[in-house]
Amino acid sequence: MNEQIKHHLTDALLMGYSAGALPEAFDLMVATHLSLCDDCRARAESFDAVGGVLLEDNQTEIEMDAPSLADTMAMIKQGAPRPRGPEPTPCKILPAPLSAYAGGDLSKVKWRSIGMGVKQAILATSPEATARLLYIPAGAAVPDHGHRGMELTMVLQGAFSDEVDRFGRGDVEIADEDLEHMPVADIGEDCICLAVTDAPLRFNSLMPRLFQPFFRI
Amino acid sequence: MFTEIGPGMLLEDVAFSATPAAIKETAEKTVEAMTVTRETGKTDKECDWVDHVLRIRDAQDQTAFAELFRHFAPRVKAFLIRSGSDPALAEECAQEVMATLWHKAHLFDPGRASVATWVFTIARNRRIDLIRRQRRPEPEDLPWGPEAEPEPAEVVSLQQETAQLRDAINALPKAQRELIEKAYFGDLSHREIAAQTGLPLGTIKSRIRLALDRLRHAIG
Repeated sequence: MNEQIKHHLTDALLMGYSAGALPEAFDLMVATHLSLCDDCRARAESFDAVGGVLLEDNQTEIEMDAPSLADTMAMIKQGAPRPRGPEPTPCKILPAPLSAYAGGDLSKVKWRSIGMGVKQAILATSPEATARLLYIPAGAAVPDHGHRGMELTMVLQGAFSDEVDRFGRGDVEIADEDLEHMPVADIGEDCICLAVTDAPLRFNSLMPRLFQPFFRI
Repeated sequence: MFTEIGPGMLLEDVAFSATPAAIKETAEKTVEAMTVTRETGKTDKECDWVDHVLRIRDAQDQTAFAELFRHFAPRVKAFLIRSGSDPALAEECAQEVMATLWHKAHLFDPGRASVATWVFTIARNRRIDLIRRQRRPEPEDLPWGPEAEPEPAEVVSLQQETAQLRDAINALPKAQRELIEKAYFGDLSHREIAAQTGLPLGTIKSRIRLALDRLRHAIG
């Protein structure tokens, strides 16, 4: 099992995931965290139960079309639809939902340098929010930055520390516009994170700001 | 660490349209509802639906399917229409959801979810897929095999909790109930959900611990 996860998802995020209200990048973050955290998985399933009650108790009078059941039986007889896409490759670092987006295990990730040894790989999701993998060399820092939206960062390998706390595998840091921080990777191991944001980051020094339009960081 | 998300977070450049102020509270009320426990609750019907799904799984029982269909298909259709789908699309999707229920009957675990909850998750995923046109990442499967049939006591306890949850939700004041419905029927964005103030993280625990025990039991 993993070392104890200290930093969990909020009820609002878990409810949003259950209700299907999150942008795809945030769904990816939640699904990845739930893959590592039984605690949050149990909470998420309880929010699903709320959805079940609402679905069943909905008072709206809607009828199915007349041949509906027969049509459905005909659909069933055609067999189960094939699952889309390949089965995710098992990976010690990337849980299944994430490896499906990263194209397989860690070796398949297409990193791009964003300076000072830090690398990132943007994952394809719907446009309301961005998901990316971050690679921070052991002991290195991500430039001091603030946030214009909500940013969630979850550690997959190694650990980082910032003004808030130390974050290890499975821990999620939830940052909003009030947080200006400079995460520094632990010295023992390169740090790999999943980061999702629903607005562009803003950097406090000139250089990264110049790069921002090109690298979408 | 659990940073409060302030109303200032709302940005024009965010594609999600939304006004803040509705759902942190919704989550809060839901959490409260989930902690309420009652002595009574109707579970017979639910036992019956579990039995129907198992009959489909074990014997491809079309009579059981027809009864499940009559109960759930109109509810799925209503859910999809309420979530913004037109009636023709909702009809088609509801049929697909019910067909999925047939094909995936072997994956249903009555120790972890009621039939209604399971149907809800299938319908929700279909809605995300179809109406919002995005993929739905799901957590990694827990490492237990098909031999891990849930204990009957777990199934009963899950059904009792579900009944208690229903009572608790039904006992909510109308405005709060409507807020929860708005969240689950797709009328609130994640920002609106997060913008609700005063989310008491602690109150969720009592109900949740049961679910967690069940997960651990299933893993062990």
